[in-house]
Amino acid sequence: MTDRLWLLIPELVLLAGAVSCAILGVSRSVAIRRLLPAATVVTLLVALAASVFVYVPGAVEAATGPGAVPLPWLGRAVIPITVVVGLVLVLVQAGFVDRVYEMAVASGRTTFDPLRSARGEYYVFFLLSMAGLMLTCAAPDLIWLFLALELTSLPTYVMVAMSRDDRRAQEAAMKYFYLGAMSAAMFLFGFALLYGATGTMVLGDMQAVLAGRMADTGSIGSLAVIGLLLSVLGIGFKLAAVPMHLYAPDVYEGAAAQVTAFLGFVPKASGAIALMLILSLTGWTEEGGSLPPAVLITLWLMAVLTMTLGNIGALLQSNVKRMLAYSSISHSGYMLIGIIAGPGAGFAAVLVYLLAYGLGNTATFAVLASLRAGDHEVESIDDLAGLREKHPGLAWAMAISAGSLLGFPPLMGFWGKLLLFIAGVASGHLVLIVIAGINSAISAWYYLRLVALPLTGTPSSTSGSIERRPYEGPRMAAVACTVLLICLPLLLGSIMSQASDAVVTVDELRNSAGVDE
Amino acid sequence: MLSVLLMVVPLAGAIVIMLAPARAARGIAMIATLAGAGIAVAAATNFDGWGTGGWGLEFQSELLPTLGITLTLGADSVSLMLILLTALLMPLAVLGSWTAVTTRLREYYGWMLVLSTAMIGVFLARDLLVFYICFEFTLVPMYFLIAIYGSGNRAWASLKFFIYTFLGSLIALAGLLYVVWQHAAVAGAWSFSIPELAAFASTGLTSVEQAWILLALMAGFAVKIPLFPVHTWLPLAHTEAPTAGSVLLAGVLLKLGTYGLYRFVLPMVPAAVVEWAPLIAVLSIIGILYAALICWVQTDVKKLVAYSSVSHLGFCVLGLVALNPLGLQGSVLYMINHGLSTGALFFLIGMMYERYHTRDMGQVGGLASKMPVWSCFMVFFVLASVGLPGLNGFVSEFLCLIGTFAAGGSGAYPGVLGPWLAAIAAIGMIFAAMYLLIMVGKIVFGTLREPPGHASDMPSDLNFREIVVLVPLAIGCILLGVQPDLAIHAMEGAVADTLSAYPDVVTGVLNSVSPQGATP
Repeated sequence: MTDRLWLLIPELVLLAGAVSCAILGVSRSVAIRRLLPAATVVTLLVALAASVFVYVPGAVEAATGPGAVPLPWLGRAVIPITVVVGLVLVLVQAGFVDRVYEMAVASGRTTFDPLRSARGEYYVFFLLSMAGLMLTCAAPDLIWLFLALELTSLPTYVMVAMSRDDRRAQEAAMKYFYLGAMSAAMFLFGFALLYGATGTMVLGDMQAVLAGRMADTGSIGSLAVIGLLLSVLGIGFKLAAVPMHLYAPDVYEGAAAQVTAFLGFVPKASGAIALMLILSLTGWTEEGGSLPPAVLITLWLMAVLTMTLGNIGALLQSNVKRMLAYSSISHSGYMLIGIIAGPGAGFAAVLVYLLAYGLGNTATFAVLASLRAGDHEVESIDDLAGLREKHPGLAWAMAISAGSLLGFPPLMGFWGKLLLFIAGVASGHLVLIVIAGINSAISAWYYLRLVALPLTGTPSSTSGSIERRPYEGPRMAAVACTVLLICLPLLLGSIMSQASDAVVTVDELRNSAGVDE
Repeated sequence: MLSVLLMVVPLAGAIVIMLAPARAARGIAMIATLAGAGIAVAAATNFDGWGTGGWGLEFQSELLPTLGITLTLGADSVSLMLILLTALLMPLAVLGSWTAVTTRLREYYGWMLVLSTAMIGVFLARDLLVFYICFEFTLVPMYFLIAIYGSGNRAWASLKFFIYTFLGSLIALAGLLYVVWQHAAVAGAWSFSIPELAAFASTGLTSVEQAWILLALMAGFAVKIPLFPVHTWLPLAHTEAPTAGSVLLAGVLLKLGTYGLYRFVLPMVPAAVVEWAPLIAVLSIIGILYAALICWVQTDVKKLVAYSSVSHLGFCVLGLVALNPLGLQGSVLYMINHGLSTGALFFLIGMMYERYHTRDMGQVGGLASKMPVWSCFMVFFVLASVGLPGLNGFVSEFLCLIGTFAAGGSGAYPGVLGPWLAAIAAIGMIFAAMYLLIMVGKIVFGTLREPPGHASDMPSDLNFREIVVLVPLAIGCILLGVQPDLAIHAMEGAVADTLSAYPDVVTGVLNSVSPQGATP
């Protein structure tokens, strides 16, 4: 047990940070409360540093011991990715909940209360959700996995609700909560069936039982297949994958841009990781084995529909946040290609893609977060027309991040997509790749609007009045993301090797440890 | 090292432009493009593969060793000729935009230089991903050149241009990744090296697989060329693009497609090419005739020249699928000739547009009396484009047709086309003479017609700068018209290398179709 705790140090750091924020958040001193974003940054950095110490070859025992996870070293890549994206997310969000309150006071809807003027609780939720994401990849059994997924999601409901002093945010939060609860029920039912089929909750044991059944009867049994299907569909909600995608546009639109940036990455990443873990149960490894046909077909259809409906949905939008919501759905479709491509190259590609997508997505929302049209957020895409005349930096950040999301070389998004495509082709899913290629071309249509309007459009009467918000965080985040999207391809070699080390299975780890001895 | 310089110098120029004040942009662009042209000439003089085949300008550096992705550059004589064309057109394009572009100068010249890097990168790439990245990246600068500096319908034109080409090249990428994967499965390691993949695919894949890959590659390259029926983006993009954009689009960007055929399709999937060459030939002939007929009824001069590009590039593809040295040499020569003469025509139309702000033949005409120097050049380049013997167009068009004609025989290079196809395609030459001469008749000769109330601060006839832009192109046209042997001889070795597999493959296919090995 202490061995296992060793691997959890980064998560514990985040939890400690969250608790500290909760305590500091009720301090009487405004100065202390205003320090919370900085405390969040420090927590994230300490967690990153801890992860470097934790995932060392010496910790192999911990990773391969009793109760080991199918993919024990997943955190090795997921924690750095989470921290990098988390840092820019903190920048996007620093202090913005305080402004929500200040706006409410300024408009006379509430009276000023010095104790509420800096909302420390926001960062508690932020860190808890991040911790949930990291715990997902360390889950040794189904209960833990369920709790980790919920720990990721529950804080986001609150974050959506407090993100705006506006009825739409409340509506979005309610919708998100109820549908989230439904999806949780769904995958919980799936987990229960998996338990029924195998008689154990521990992922490692489950894998062994299913592998044994596979060897005996040639299939893992229909109960287990149904369990897997329900789990996949339920977890699809976190990914916003079709058919569990319907909430995304409304919620993304209702929440403030700052929180939408968060929603676009953290729950999605935890969903992708949970899928990897659940699917590894079938004894599917790089060397051999395959998914049960029903699960494979379901995933295949999900991938195709998610890409296609997401892209077509995005095409039809005139509201920029809804458009980005649909586009984030389509990105889940691309990630599903990596999941279908399977353990090894496929999963590693998903991790790299998560990084590329997370940065691109955060950058677009950071640009939106740093602009305002009067009292409101930028809503219509046409409001971005001619952005470069007043705010050239933001216009370029928008264009470059849209280019990266589109997968245009040589930006990071291209390499992420390329690795997914290579993994897909290498696993024999050529048709899927062609469909993904066509989808990328469809997405060019709307991403180009995000490039063209800010850079080549002429300002209209409404877009001319767009101003920058008076705080710097989102702008810095947009610039940081853009720079990373341009520069990270230079480090692609090490990112890739990091990602492929992270998806090594517990058996491979045991074997290599055995060889070393 | 020269190859890296060829790519880095324009890029460095672009960065300097971004940092320098706007009024210096033109000058910096001029210096950078002249330096690029100088390097290209130096590379050409140092190159020792002229005529004999073989590669020069080689450079290699690891990018992603785990996936076998390397930064490998190199050029054979065909690539080097196209690099020369690009590098020499660039300073002219900058000089030609000297007064036409007045706003957002830094971005304009910056994008031009970036475009130059990407185009040269395509011709230099010997690694699949480097090729793909450069091939794709040419879209971005061109997109901005059209979308910012174009005329009326520029937003739609740039979008259509981008989406067509982007979709096509993604499908081509999927096909190429399939080859990479198959190669990795056999060789045991990933490799993106173009020669290695070509050598593997031509022998290691079944003819069915080759046919699918041919389809995927054609999706990418046919759009770029553009081949009928995916040519519809081109007239729009050309018409709306600024002058220098049209020049580079016609002069170099279209050649990326035919170069792709030459570099990937021909060596990689010979069996499929032999099988499908008749279809590709028929499509190009449809393109030749159909686009020529469209030209006939155009009143917009720029659109006319744009459609004439579709028609001309049809000959280029025809020469490539003739699968014999004559056709290939004609085709490569055509790429260069078309760049010179059509590039010059776009310059001339731009110069007219700067003075009259219209491209409508109904409004402008009889300019010979007002702009004699301009009219001389116009007639000259139209004749070059029509294929007057003695000027460059004639030689390449003739070679393409002869190649097609001979591609039915059973000599050293048997082919699958034949006299019939050549004869039908030749009608295109007559059409070309008709529509281009009608255009000349309308806008150069006859009574002077000018749009009412036109005002321009340009002199009525060409100024010294504009003449300097046109003279090098005219010299090129005459040189390649009188001494085509220089270029044809220079590419002999490279062409023979590309075709090395074909005689056997063609004979094999012909024998399997009809045991006598004869074609009608």
